[in-house]
Amino acid sequence: MNKPKLRFASGIVSVLALALAFGLTNWLVPEQGLGTATAQSPGSVNVYSARQEALIRPLLDAFTEATGISVNLITASADALLERMKAEGRNSPADVLLTTDAGRLIRATEADVLRPVTSDLLAAAIPEQYRDPDGYWFGLGVRARVFFYAPDRVDPTDLSTYENLAAAEWQGRVCIRSSTNVYNQSLLASLIAHDGAVGAENWAAGMVANMARDPQGGDRDQIKAVAAGQCDVAVANTYYYAGMKDGTAEEQQAAAQVALFWPNQGAGERGTHVNISGAGVGQFAPNPENAVRLLEFLVSPDAQKIYAEVVYEFPVRSGVPASDAVASFGTFQADTLDLHRLAEFQSDALMMFDRVGWR
Amino acid sequence: MALAEAAFDGQSSGPTDKSRRRSAQFGGWTVLALAIAAIVSIPILVVLASVFVPTTEVWSHLVDTVLGRYVTNTLWLLAGVSVLTLIMGAGTAWLVSMCAFPGRRVFEWALLLPLAMPAYAIAFTYGGMMDFAGPVQTALRDWFGWGAGEYWFPQVRSLPGVIMLMGLVLYPYVYLLARTAFLEQSVCVLEVGRTLGQGPWRTFRRIALPLARPAIAAGMALALMEALSEFGAVQYFAVDTFTTGIFRTWYGLGDLAAAAQLAAILMLFIFALLAIERISRGRAAYHHTSTKYRPLPRYRLTGWAKTGAIAACAIPIFLGFLLPAGQLAMWSIETAPAILDARFLREAANTIGISAAAAVLAVGIALVLAYAVRIAPGRLARAGARIAGLGYAIPGPVIAVGVMIPFAWTDNAVDGWMRATFNVSTGLVLSGTVFALLFAYIVRFLAISLNTVESGLGKVTPNMDRAARSLGARPGATLRRVHAPMVRGSLLAAGLLVFVHAMKELPATLILRPFDFNTLAVRAFELASDERLADAAPAALAIVLVGLMPVLVLSRALTKSRPGEGQAKSRPGS
Repeated sequence: MNKPKLRFASGIVSVLALALAFGLTNWLVPEQGLGTATAQSPGSVNVYSARQEALIRPLLDAFTEATGISVNLITASADALLERMKAEGRNSPADVLLTTDAGRLIRATEADVLRPVTSDLLAAAIPEQYRDPDGYWFGLGVRARVFFYAPDRVDPTDLSTYENLAAAEWQGRVCIRSSTNVYNQSLLASLIAHDGAVGAENWAAGMVANMARDPQGGDRDQIKAVAAGQCDVAVANTYYYAGMKDGTAEEQQAAAQVALFWPNQGAGERGTHVNISGAGVGQFAPNPENAVRLLEFLVSPDAQKIYAEVVYEFPVRSGVPASDAVASFGTFQADTLDLHRLAEFQSDALMMFDRVGWR
Repeated sequence: MALAEAAFDGQSSGPTDKSRRRSAQFGGWTVLALAIAAIVSIPILVVLASVFVPTTEVWSHLVDTVLGRYVTNTLWLLAGVSVLTLIMGAGTAWLVSMCAFPGRRVFEWALLLPLAMPAYAIAFTYGGMMDFAGPVQTALRDWFGWGAGEYWFPQVRSLPGVIMLMGLVLYPYVYLLARTAFLEQSVCVLEVGRTLGQGPWRTFRRIALPLARPAIAAGMALALMEALSEFGAVQYFAVDTFTTGIFRTWYGLGDLAAAAQLAAILMLFIFALLAIERISRGRAAYHHTSTKYRPLPRYRLTGWAKTGAIAACAIPIFLGFLLPAGQLAMWSIETAPAILDARFLREAANTIGISAAAAVLAVGIALVLAYAVRIAPGRLARAGARIAGLGYAIPGPVIAVGVMIPFAWTDNAVDGWMRATFNVSTGLVLSGTVFALLFAYIVRFLAISLNTVESGLGKVTPNMDRAARSLGARPGATLRRVHAPMVRGSLLAAGLLVFVHAMKELPATLILRPFDFNTLAVRAFELASDERLADAAPAALAIVLVGLMPVLVLSRALTKSRPGEGQAKSRPGS
């Protein structure tokens, strides 16, 4: 090896070594130490969150400010976090599991990674419909899955129910995302619960026939497609629409071109399909008291107000105002179906989607 | 073909060789390689173990409804990505290595740029730009007064769209390895072609291409394995491939066994690919028999050939890098002030630190494995190396669970024993630490370093080993003093490839990381999956920019890696 090459190679090695040292010092002198060290230290709570850090950090910071309890956080998909809690078993550092969709909370309960909690504060703040009767999980916010239509092409009196959207008159006019998404699985699960398996499967097949395009993108993309004229009606969750209203100029413009419709509101109808984001306390939580305090904090009027403003959900606690964007949607009648029924039918729903060719 | 084979050194298989091989089978190197392979393959075996769970009704449901579509779509994906990466990767590598045309020096390094672009980032930028409601189609409708459904526009969120985007970010593997191979080719072989009256095109097709075949195959194998395991992009576009199917089955139907059975089929695809390549290569060997090197004589391109060459190099760079990076930059201008803070810098430091550590480890391990196979090419060592490299083709979240389960199991077993014996709880020692995360990176990306190092070592003639050994050097010293310096370029390439990959890695990072340990990829993904593309842009752009540094170092090293470059005078006999 001659000298210039040796120099070059050693240059590369030292760059790598520097990068390594840079990273290592960063881990060894972190603000709060490594995971396992903090897990047992007093005055902290460990949160496994399927809600993104950007959404819940403000709330967790407020909690630390109010109580002095520091919060350690990991975010990942709900299903992955559940696998991690299962694998970690009785040494799991998870105090609180925070996620969206009641079905996942119920699945976590069934996997024995949550423990029952009795708290008068939680029971008083959260309506019975939005918490587990045995105290395994508690709703923190409510979201509804609704229609968004183009007012220039759709007469809102033609819209009525989820069932009606599968009728032939909407052929080639509907946008809805892939069935891999849990929101569609829960929606179809609610139809199975209300209309029976045959009725629900016919509905799914009718929806496939009515799609303006193959399912693609997220909920915001469905709303944007209505604004751009590709379809006339989209099915999406309320908070995405609220987020668009407060979003980039382009999103605000799209949001202004569509209107919201609450399905199944007529006399004798069951109400609009709703779901929750919520939390439970870990079965082997090292800091169970702090975990309960965090949940109680999250349903306090102040925290509910922040939560509603950050995630654009309806506050689960009555009497707390929704964010301005959400308040502008008006009020609606929510489906009172037991959320446990959604979990019960979710996998049936997914198989139904496969059978009718809903990608 | 005959022309190329003239340059090959037939693999010797005399009786002495065979007996030497047998005696070396259980040498220290083989044992070391097998031990490493065993540890690295634990997560893969954990996943595969569920294949032996009896099939459920979920499985027959999958077969009845969606399996056919998964297979067809996956085959199309593989075919499409193969063709695109071969044309864009090997074609451009030949052009910049052997031809002279304006801009060549820029293209040499710029062709590597898309390597820094994560597949999920290119997917969400193109998704945002080319969507019906996106700026491109909206502008077209405004200009031409078209209405919805009155015009045709290519649908980017489709199988062809995914193939196109994956081709654009994956071709640099083929380019990188093919270019390394072209640069390492002795000019003598090519000159033989010229004296026999072959033009540039035929020299390429009949000599350079066949000689570079192991490298091109290694590059394509990397590209295809990554295409199979890619989750973010196919998920975002809702294209049904095996990867999406695995997660639908696992998370949606709650059936890990059926999901693992799908993963096993996915691995059959990989085995088939590798087997086809190996069988078709037969017994040919590809190391160089001549050590005569001098600056490559380039074909000077003129007229249409020149224009064509420029376009062929410029298009992949533009579509695979400039356009998406430009869009990310535009979004970033809008949102960066709110996103750039001390936390962002800490995340960048985390990202760089852990990626560098993963790169060093992955290259070291790959060198040991590849060298063990070289000095004792028994079936056992070879199989060990193959299995250890399989992690790359398995979707990241599956690997993550495969890492998590054995780590947590070991921790809990130790904890249980300590509790029973000393009444002390040790808790989780390794789970949820940086160590577990590094291990997952190595399981996922060992194939990259292994393929690169192997193809590098493959080009060193065994005469080198024999010479070193006859001079009394032991295998360790031979590796250190002979091979390592000779394949320096390959080692560097391997390290940088792993670095870029670890930096982009998402699913395993998300689930295995310690508390409050964020990386740029985590930040970008969280915001993008919340459909806040503009907010996600600064982090994605930072990944791209940090990824550019190794890419540039790589291309500099590549140009210099040609043996004999700049030292022709000092080399006796040349």
